Amino acid sequence: MGFELFGLPMIYYIAMIVKVLVVFVFVLLTVAYATYAERKIIGHMQVRLGPMRTGWHGLLQPIADGIKLFFKEEIVPSQSDKFAFLLAPIIALIPAFIGFAVIPFGDTIEVMGYKIPLQIAAFYDTAAGKVVDLNVGVLYILALASVGVYGIVLAGWASNSKYSLLGGLRSSAQMISYELAAGLAIISVFMMSESLSLQKIVADQAGFGWYAFKQPLAFILFFICSIAEINRTPFDLPEAETELVSGFCTEYSSMKYAMFFMAEYANMVTVCAVTTTLFLGGWHGPGFLPGWVWFIAKVYFLIFVCMWIRATYPRYRYDQLMRLGWKVFLPLTLLNIVVTGLIAR
Amino acid sequence: MIMPLINGLKITLKHMFMKPVTLQYPTERPNVAPNFRGLHALKVAHNNAKCVACYLCPTVCPAKCITVQAGEDENHDKYAAVYEIDMLRCIFCGYCVEACPVDALKMTQTFELANYKREDFIFTKQALLEKK
Repeated sequence: MGFELFGLPMIYYIAMIVKVLVVFVFVLLTVAYATYAERKIIGHMQVRLGPMRTGWHGLLQPIADGIKLFFKEEIVPSQSDKFAFLLAPIIALIPAFIGFAVIPFGDTIEVMGYKIPLQIAAFYDTAAGKVVDLNVGVLYILALASVGVYGIVLAGWASNSKYSLLGGLRSSAQMISYELAAGLAIISVFMMSESLSLQKIVADQAGFGWYAFKQPLAFILFFICSIAEINRTPFDLPEAETELVSGFCTEYSSMKYAMFFMAEYANMVTVCAVTTTLFLGGWHGPGFLPGWVWFIAKVYFLIFVCMWIRATYPRYRYDQLMRLGWKVFLPLTLLNIVVTGLIAR
Repeated sequence: MIMPLINGLKITLKHMFMKPVTLQYPTERPNVAPNFRGLHALKVAHNNAKCVACYLCPTVCPAKCITVQAGEDENHDKYAAVYEIDMLRCIFCGYCVEACPVDALKMTQTFELANYKREDFIFTKQALLEKK
């Protein structure tokens, strides 16, 4: 590996590509099987079985669903804005996946004498002897979360259907209301860690110094706001089928619909990974298992909690949703910041 | 405000570990009640249908789905030469079984009566005879 590019040995670039591929495939598989897990878990919570016929205990269900959606007819409404209509699913899907670039999912490993941190957008600075990652990692994730909603709004507008438009508008209103509270909830974490780098935030939580214990209110508020941001039950107003047929994706079919579906689940995985990183100590855990196993376990547990919440609570009414965001969560997060500021230093 | 939410989560978690009530139908069979009113059967005694063609069952039948024609056998006894039940009209009320004076009719636990042709729903005497 003597060859160098921009002053860095090739192994950095190869490691980067391998990490991207592994994480991407892993997240895709998780997304596919999250749909299966959701149907199974909600099924059992309703004392049913869930999918049982495709493969052993329905294990091939996500593949069957994917093939079915793939072969369905593509319908583009004649009065729609074609370009925006095609662009919207892509805008919704991509931010859901690229959030993983800054999430550290394991300890630094050593391959062929080089130290490689298990975080995509990071490398090991041999001169300084520490891992360098994106120093505004959390801002990057918050920015992506806001970009994702553009896809939904665009889908609602481009479909030229009143249900879709209302779904898109609801989604943007919800995003504004809850992004604020989520951002303020994270601020208390910054105040504790004094850094926006996720690598540093995770390092601060080593040995069960999890921010979920130090900032329980911020943890709960951030998780609830995240669920609201990714439009999952009980905050799935943008696709409330009792009122809006299917909301922003009413006019979508085939693979374009599947992309929205994947974006929704990928968002859920990303949000759970971010919550794990910020509040549950990232990949830190008892030493008998490697870090990435703990990371996956924590993320899967949070995904389970998302599904558990979906199986339990009915959908919020729209005015209740807005009241909760502006009148309950926002003051609570501000109070949390003040208290953290008084106590922390 | 928080406690009801937590109680709700507890209930769903408890339900997750309950045995599902789902019946995997074609492979798992339901337990049909002993007095279930399914497909009719004509009872057999001494290798002959017990029916004496008294016409009480078509008379009592509210759906008018039973057709009986009496015949005379070699012992000059009355018997049902034709005994047909139109299962598309039958409402499975069981009045025919109650009305029968010689206890010649019963209802079985068979409930899968789907068929391909309309004619196949008219069960003849041969099809209705009790299978031993």
